[in-house]
Amino acid sequence: MIDLFTTRDGLIGLAYLVAAFLFVLGLRYMSSPTSARQGNQIAAVGMAIAVLATFFLHDEHGVGMSMTNVALIIVAIAIGGVASAYPSRKVPMTAMPQMVAIFNGMGGATAALVAIGEFMHLSDDLSRGQTVSVVLGVIIGSISFSGSVIAFLKLQEKISGRPIIWTGQNVINAVVALGIAVLGVAVAGGFVEGSTAKLMLLAVFALALLLGLGTVLPIGGADMPVVIAILNSFTGVAAAITGFQLSNQALIVAGALVGASGAFLTLLMARAMNRSVSNVLFGAFGAHHTTGAAVGAGGDALPIREITAEDAAIPLAYAERVIIVPGYGLAVAQAQQQVRELADMLKERGVDVRYAIHPVAGRMPGHMNVLLAEANVAYDDLYEMEQINDDFANTDVALVIGANDVTNPAARSDTSSPIYGMPILNVDQAKNIIVLKRSMSSGFAGIENMLFHDPKTSMLFGDARASLSKLIEAVKAA
Amino acid sequence: MDNEVILGIYVFLLAILLGVEVIGKVPSTLHTPLMSATNAIHGIVLLGAMIVLGWADQWWLQAIGFLAVILGAANVFGGFVVTDRMLEMFKRKPGAGSAGQKR
Repeated sequence: MIDLFTTRDGLIGLAYLVAAFLFVLGLRYMSSPTSARQGNQIAAVGMAIAVLATFFLHDEHGVGMSMTNVALIIVAIAIGGVASAYPSRKVPMTAMPQMVAIFNGMGGATAALVAIGEFMHLSDDLSRGQTVSVVLGVIIGSISFSGSVIAFLKLQEKISGRPIIWTGQNVINAVVALGIAVLGVAVAGGFVEGSTAKLMLLAVFALALLLGLGTVLPIGGADMPVVIAILNSFTGVAAAITGFQLSNQALIVAGALVGASGAFLTLLMARAMNRSVSNVLFGAFGAHHTTGAAVGAGGDALPIREITAEDAAIPLAYAERVIIVPGYGLAVAQAQQQVRELADMLKERGVDVRYAIHPVAGRMPGHMNVLLAEANVAYDDLYEMEQINDDFANTDVALVIGANDVTNPAARSDTSSPIYGMPILNVDQAKNIIVLKRSMSSGFAGIENMLFHDPKTSMLFGDARASLSKLIEAVKAA
Repeated sequence: MDNEVILGIYVFLLAILLGVEVIGKVPSTLHTPLMSATNAIHGIVLLGAMIVLGWADQWWLQAIGFLAVILGAANVFGGFVVTDRMLEMFKRKPGAGSAGQKR
């Protein structure tokens, strides 16, 4: 569509090149917390340049956008911008994963709609390569859209976070996928033409939406971080494919960057849970759940040591080294602020306080870091699992707050445990362990945690926020 | 015949390698903002939506394009705003937020 030999198109091409460069530069700036915000702003500038340049595009006949359509575009951008920027300013940090999911879905839907629009409009003029990318764009964009919407609903707890399973779901999904493949090949390969091809593309659209639903519904809420990462990658690829349809390099570069990033994070998350990506997608977790429950039933008889806030405050106040292990329970109780207060108070007494962050703490990779940053915890106090795991052995008190499976020593030793092999924090090596927990219920994986029955472990039951407030008072008095 | 597509594939593959290289350097502390920022960047499909709507010559094509532009713009604005909010919390100097180090 773009002829590079005229000045106008040359300039537009240059603008796209600058935009693509700014995206890469922006991501590069994200390698440090101090420059990351600037990086995001650089990427946003790149986006603004790309959007502005697009208004001046001419098609191959030298025709620009009609004024009516330009006006419509501006109105639509304003609607979309206001509708999303407003809630984006308001949502609590705990809800970030849902926001990412829903924006991701919108991107997927856009890619699918663009592909459909292009095909309906220009199907006879599209090259084979472009037609193939139309079909792929519709498939990937639609799966990303419906999958993201389900992920959003699960994270927002509008629908149950438990895996939703129906009989023959894998068979049904396989049939739907086969339908998509057959129709897709027919359209992409040019075996059908005219209105038949258009109708078949719409059928592909509908089936791909179904496939997105059918794939994500059976996946449990605990696995949503991986799902979001995968779908993020999908939408990136869909954007790149849109670039192929429009011969637009900026879209190809940006989409490829996002696709790579999503895939990278997916593998990282899967490794942190010691599970393969296909295991997450095609649901073996339901089976795990039953095994876990059986183990749990047997564990009820094991002894636990309950402790009061006053008694828990003493070892904390007189410790030399304390490691805090935050889990999602902390975020649910909105107790980040209290944790920071407690940590500050201990530091004032000369205690060395650090935080150990497991890769899957929270609802998406790095989520816990964001939640603690919101409570003004200095990021230098946050340590990744590999950095801090060897230090538990010379730590006086490990304070576990609303974290469960990531501290379960069964992952190291018990080959029959469903989480066996999952990298965990070596909390059990600390001299004393204090666990703040609402009750003895098990974590996402539904597995009994042997850490709670360790003789070195004391349990402080109650809402994390209330327990921490009591601890703060008690440390003050100590 | 499809030279543009071949060229596009070159760009695509090189950009993937570049992406893995750049993203591998992002510390896990920033993985949530990273995902959110890349999420905003794939909002670049907005350009595609603008092109569909820009040359739409029939009402239903305008409708598809209009909806696509709204969704794409929402993706872009929401993505960047949310990321900025998150990163704003990280920009503070290490230790400044913790009273314990003031002495």
